[in-house]
Amino acid sequence: MPLKRIFKNKRKYAALPTEKAKQDIPEGLVEKCQQCSKIFYEKEWKNNLHVCPSCGTHHKMTARERIASLIDEGSFQEWDAELKTTNPLNFPEYEQKLIQDQEKTGLNDAIVTGRGKINKNDVVLVVMDPFFRMASMGGVVGEKIARALERAKDSQLPVIIFTASGGARMQEGMISLMQMAKTAMAVDRFDQAGGCLIVVMTNPTTGGVTASFASIGDYHFAEPNALIGFAGRRIIEQTIREKLPDDFQTAEFQLEQGQIDRIVKRSELKQLLTTVLDLHTVGGDHS
Amino acid sequence: MKQFLDFEKPIFELKDKITELKQMAEDSELDLAEDIHRLETRLVNLEENIYQHLSAWDRVQIARHPERPTALDYIDHLFTDFIELHGDRLFRDDPAIITGIASYKGQPVTVIAQQRGKNTKENIYRNFASAHPEGYRKALRQMKLAEKFNRPIISFIDTKGAHPGKGAEERGQGEAIARNLKEMAQLRVPSLSIVIGEGGSGGALGIGLTDQIYMLENSIYSVISPEGAASILWKDATKAKEAAQSLKLNAKDLKQLDIIDDIIPEPKGGAHRDFQMQAAYLDVHIKKSIKYLQSLPLEQLIERRWQKYKKIGEIQN
Ligand SMILES: [Zn+2]
Ligand SMILES: [Zn+2]
Repeated sequence: MPLKRIFKNKRKYAALPTEKAKQDIPEGLVEKCQQCSKIFYEKEWKNNLHVCPSCGTHHKMTARERIASLIDEGSFQEWDAELKTTNPLNFPEYEQKLIQDQEKTGLNDAIVTGRGKINKNDVVLVVMDPFFRMASMGGVVGEKIARALERAKDSQLPVIIFTASGGARMQEGMISLMQMAKTAMAVDRFDQAGGCLIVVMTNPTTGGVTASFASIGDYHFAEPNALIGFAGRRIIEQTIREKLPDDFQTAEFQLEQGQIDRIVKRSELKQLLTTVLDLHTVGGDHS
Repeated sequence: MKQFLDFEKPIFELKDKITELKQMAEDSELDLAEDIHRLETRLVNLEENIYQHLSAWDRVQIARHPERPTALDYIDHLFTDFIELHGDRLFRDDPAIITGIASYKGQPVTVIAQQRGKNTKENIYRNFASAHPEGYRKALRQMKLAEKFNRPIISFIDTKGAHPGKGAEERGQGEAIARNLKEMAQLRVPSLSIVIGEGGSGGALGIGLTDQIYMLENSIYSVISPEGAASILWKDATKAKEAAQSLKLNAKDLKQLDIIDDIIPEPKGGAHRDFQMQAAYLDVHIKKSIKYLQSLPLEQLIERRWQKYKKIGEIQN
């Protein structure tokens, strides 16, 4: 649907009056936009890919939802789903936290990788899941990214990485930090082999992820208003002792600063990716 | 300035007592030799006891000691003809990172270093060794020159982290570090990094993706400061001690985890207690590393670098 109509608010949405919804609708059937507080039927919300039909806010998606929204039906083969961390530093309370999030998300760690087709284009997909430990990068995340890039290199497939991350997985200490090195090196090997890497930054992309594989792709796209940056807002404000503008570290800010190529709405993402992939595979008339 | 760290207090109290006793013996001509000997033996045991059993947090204190030697101290001592080279050619010169060329025992080398100040004024000028993107870009420019002229690279790591600031974000702090990691992955020259004080997160790694990583015995290398970890995990910055322990940020832990290649010993009590000795230890290790890395055929060197980082966090299931 055209977004300008949404903003002009001409169309009647199935948005429900807040009070009535609270009273009449059983929980789980409605979804409330955290931005504008409007309430929608769960089904409508999902059909709209977690983008608020009223204010246009792009809310977080799980990795599986993301993949389902892009991939030709039945074409996705997942890789390394069984990889699980072993709490390498024996960090207190880490295992309980992992189990909690494993139960919550049905994933073993904060990332899903595999290959599939987007409008018939073969691709490798690497998708971080912000609902698992805020998609922080520990050994499993780094390992799965490195393996996916190596396989893509060997089978000469383009790679699309969806980033969403709070940064490092603190409980894995230096193993976590060194995943920055490992993933950046894997990107480099893929790049040297001529591979095409598309990075789509989603809310939030921060810390060590921004300072490694997320920032060295061939094409950098971002979803509207996604938080993208290296240091956290609070720590910057503490350091410089001033308040930062509201739009600081948004996708729009990064576009203006020259750090990303384009902002793309979720509703237009599949088409954009398809076109970019096509432009890398289709030969001209002369060939 | 305080002469000792908290955990060293008993040592310095005992030392004072011995000095006092010696003075007394001299002044009064009493024979206190036996008492003095007894206390000196106790001092040896006490020092042994304390310095052999430093906690992670004790080492954090040593790593941050204001008198701990800085990169420039080592550079001046270990290299000849050091020529500092400034600027990233894009924005400005970042004094938090020093770069240049020098001779190491006749071998031309490229030196990259995070430089702390020794006093408040210097620290403000050097931004406490916390670099902006232009610092990382300056370092990268020098690394590419090192590659062009076939010089080994030696990085001195000593920073709390990359600068968290407005300009730094505007100019792409994340991109600058990421770019360095990607470029360092394929540099066709040997490289060594040495953590001499604090290795703070991505800001440290931004000049540290090298063929070998060495750490001074009491230095630390961590994904987050112990204070930061404590306040995020337990909403309580005073639990930094516990966090330091859990993060495994000491040289010994990181050697065990196979993240670093060697530990450079420190004089008793830390590098600041005997700079000459510390510089000598460093010298031996730099020599060893460069000799080894230069002995490897180039393709093997680069493959070895990939294997080194690839195996960190590798999952066997
Ligand atoms: Zn809304
Ligand atoms: Zn040694």
